[in-house]
Amino acid sequence: MQIGDQAPTFSLPDTSGDQHGPDGVTAVVFTCNHCPYALAWHDRLLQVARDYDGVTFLAVNPNDGERYPTDSYDAMKQRVESDGGWPHPYLRDESQEVARAYDAKTTPDVFLIDAEGRLRYRGAPDADHRDPSQNAAWLREALDAVLAGQEPARAETDPVGCSIKWL
Amino acid sequence: MKVELLWWEGCPSHPEALAELERVLRDEGVEAEVDLVEVESDEQARRERFPGSPTIRIDGEDALPPGEGEPFSLTCRVYRLRDGRVSPTPDPEDLREAVRRARADR
Repeated sequence: MQIGDQAPTFSLPDTSGDQHGPDGVTAVVFTCNHCPYALAWHDRLLQVARDYDGVTFLAVNPNDGERYPTDSYDAMKQRVESDGGWPHPYLRDESQEVARAYDAKTTPDVFLIDAEGRLRYRGAPDADHRDPSQNAAWLREALDAVLAGQEPARAETDPVGCSIKWL
Repeated sequence: MKVELLWWEGCPSHPEALAELERVLRDEGVEAEVDLVEVESDEQARRERFPGSPTIRIDGEDALPPGEGEPFSLTCRVYRLRDGRVSPTPDPEDLREAVRRARADR
């Protein structure tokens, strides 16, 4: 999928069983429970979701939950519950069809879709998983541009993280 | 001193871990080549007692032993830095302590 392409629509269950999919300006973040890169960026991404009211945020876990039990649907539910809830849904992509449709590579891998459903940003949340002060700046820049009706100046970066655990 | 770095290609962290390990060894005056061991299958992970990438061993012992019951598989290892942050690589100061411990035990 290239920048400007129509992003695939989908409907996936969250940790309560409710279905969610892209709706308006949407950030789709492929992520998981076990990857240190995903964990390092997690708080920054939660904060983006809190800060951008009106944008749909969807965290999607596509990892093989049998080989990696810490990424099973049950483990996802337990994580959200023990965190006292998240500001956005945490979705299970059991068949991995959504991850394949997006050609997601890593956890995390961020895709930003505009209100017309077109891909406007893809890549890492920011330049350095080690540095919390980066504050998911690349995603925020892209969100600001899309919400202002502009093209993000930095539309694509290399996703950085653990490989997706395919079935 | 025998130093090994076991890694799996599914995690991009091993070059950074290797650079930090080599720096610590240099700082500590240890003249040891780091043997790089690629782990390519779950079976090899179990055989090598590999809890995730990267794993650093000194004289055959995990420099930063994982928790009890940690499974051995092709996965990315989660470390904690001394300030509590999650990291794909060990805290260099923990590595330094491990090198010093191994040297003292010889």
